[in-house]
Amino acid sequence: MKPVPHARAAGNFIKDEERTNWHDDTLWFVREKRDKAAHGIAEWELLREWASQIKNHTLSCLDEYLLNFEKQAIANGVKIHWAADAAAHNQIIYSIIKEQKISRIVKSKSMLTEECGLNEFLHQQGIDTVDTDLGERIVQFRDEPPSHIVLPAIHLKKQDVSETFHIHLGTQKGNNDPQYLTEAARGHLREKFIASELAITGVNFAVAETGGFVVCTNEGNADMGAHAARIHIACMGFEKIIPRTADLAVFLRLLARSATGQPITTYSSHFLKPRAGQELHIVIVDNGRSRQLGRADFRNSLKCIRCAACFNTCPVYRRSGGHSYHTAVAGPIGSILNPNLDMKANADLPFASTLCGSCSNVCPVKIDIHEQLWKWRQELAKEGYVAGSKKAGMKGMAFVLARPGLYRFSGRMARWFLRHLSFLFKSKKLNPWYRQREMPAAPKHSFRNWYLKNKKK
Amino acid sequence: MRIGLFVPCYIDQFYPQVAIATLELLEKLDCKVEFPLNQTCCGQPMANSGFASLAAGCDKNFIDNFRDIDYIVSPSGSCVLHIKEHLQDPKQEAAAAKIRSSVFELTEFLTDVLQVNTINASFPHKVGIHNSCHGQRGLHLSSMTERVLPSFSKPEQLLGMVKGISLHLPERKDECCGFGGTFCVFEEAVSVKMGKDRIEEHDRNQVDFITGTDVSCLMHLEGILKRQGSTVKTIHIAEILNSSEA
Repeated sequence: MKPVPHARAAGNFIKDEERTNWHDDTLWFVREKRDKAAHGIAEWELLREWASQIKNHTLSCLDEYLLNFEKQAIANGVKIHWAADAAAHNQIIYSIIKEQKISRIVKSKSMLTEECGLNEFLHQQGIDTVDTDLGERIVQFRDEPPSHIVLPAIHLKKQDVSETFHIHLGTQKGNNDPQYLTEAARGHLREKFIASELAITGVNFAVAETGGFVVCTNEGNADMGAHAARIHIACMGFEKIIPRTADLAVFLRLLARSATGQPITTYSSHFLKPRAGQELHIVIVDNGRSRQLGRADFRNSLKCIRCAACFNTCPVYRRSGGHSYHTAVAGPIGSILNPNLDMKANADLPFASTLCGSCSNVCPVKIDIHEQLWKWRQELAKEGYVAGSKKAGMKGMAFVLARPGLYRFSGRMARWFLRHLSFLFKSKKLNPWYRQREMPAAPKHSFRNWYLKNKKK
Repeated sequence: MRIGLFVPCYIDQFYPQVAIATLELLEKLDCKVEFPLNQTCCGQPMANSGFASLAAGCDKNFIDNFRDIDYIVSPSGSCVLHIKEHLQDPKQEAAAAKIRSSVFELTEFLTDVLQVNTINASFPHKVGIHNSCHGQRGLHLSSMTERVLPSFSKPEQLLGMVKGISLHLPERKDECCGFGGTFCVFEEAVSVKMGKDRIEEHDRNQVDFITGTDVSCLMHLEGILKRQGSTVKTIHIAEILNSSEA
């Protein structure tokens, strides 16, 4: 099914202007917290440069690091699985569940499992997973996807949460007190943690030299899951690898500051080997990443550490909401990752940007996001994923603008029409400019006319 | 030293006063300025829509017009950035490369090349500054709030030389206005919302004018202001720097 294009979904989002303002302000507040945290570190720009170089280096010899990681992890007693795509990833997890006859599953936040559609897949097999990140649990109750990779329920107000919890957790109707609602979720999730047999987590950083990995959360839910369940499956996109433990000193300083303006996440949990009696699995997933690695123009999008700073700073994201991007990873970074996964379905996303460049400026690993948006546009046009009408318009424009005489004639005509037959432009249906904006005044003479009359000797 | 004025197509057709002000300002500063007569467009509208491949005709025409010019100056950060980043012609790469490195947005030409210290202008009004993204983040006309680097602003440096002017920055001093080229029609709802939000911040400062280095942003904001029936006017920075209002 073709998703609703970003422009239309965004238009619907903005219809509730007050809520749009609230959404914009909320995320801008996070952006400002990020600025404050970044400006508190004199070597911030140097850290970004280091992070970028470490990631560039890692991507340039990814195979070696991955194989080394596998070797170390196996030596640590971890079971490693390789998944070529989303279906393989889901199947691997399903097989473990079947083999071990598991029915109670908790999952901490993993955008990879969202990307792979794990919850829906397991649900179709009759297996339910409980998302334990508070924001993710909220959207899971509502049967919605997350709208933001770090703040999954940022599109919802406390009133919405109260309503949702009243239905699903039996909290008092109309009690919007965040403390009360959090307590209710906490009690509910504790029961799930204690009863769980399998904990699924994501991976923020996988360390090649040790075979260990780090999961960052603010709620400690990854730890509670992994500590209580007898099986822990950690899922990672293969670009999560970093060479050394020492590199964490760069990435952990950048991640939370970029994401929320915190110096560090409340929990940075290091996992190395299964505890006695526990099984630890790691699923390493490709799902289009090799293809992206092979695209010279888009390769370095794989440097991404999923901090979502580009979401929070994006003036388009803040005013259109995460769901308008119709993909697991929304925002500017999603707009350069998703066309790789499905060019046709996501052809609208690289155009959901003014190319203002703020995303590239906040990116802690220096991905040239806005330049890649521009390059994706070229790629999509080349592959025929831009509307024929737009292409025809561009062709006509290019024809005129390449011919000085024709350009001047057309300009004169356009100004004449605007002055004398301005009603032609005043269709809110046919002229999107005019819907909420007046047309520019059309002067009688162009600059060139003036120049020839007044300056040219 | 040959200085050539590059007037973007929509300025030529719809905002000639901006090009006139630019030319007069440069002449006041003792520059001898040429205006190559067969210039049209930099090709950005096609390229930003994904059709850089269709911009070859514009590229060639641009090179034909400006190949012998030493300094190409333009009152548009966005068009200048496009030329700098994307002008190409496989048949005359040397000429294209020369142009890419000798094109300047007006304010950077004034501060960096001419190194202007005084400007004889007066504009006794409350003026809000709009930092246009391509000029700011692309050409580095001013520092950016995202980056941890020393603070500066070439447009503010110049506006500070104008007598009687009172300058005001909106709270979010470098948020995009939402114009974005064809984005303004293909993502009309977001585009206009972004513009309205910029205007609201300038309104809070009770400015009489909003100025900037890019007419495209100003055209978009002007369209919204007029629809709102606002008394706030948009004005390009060249018009202020060339102004001698008492």
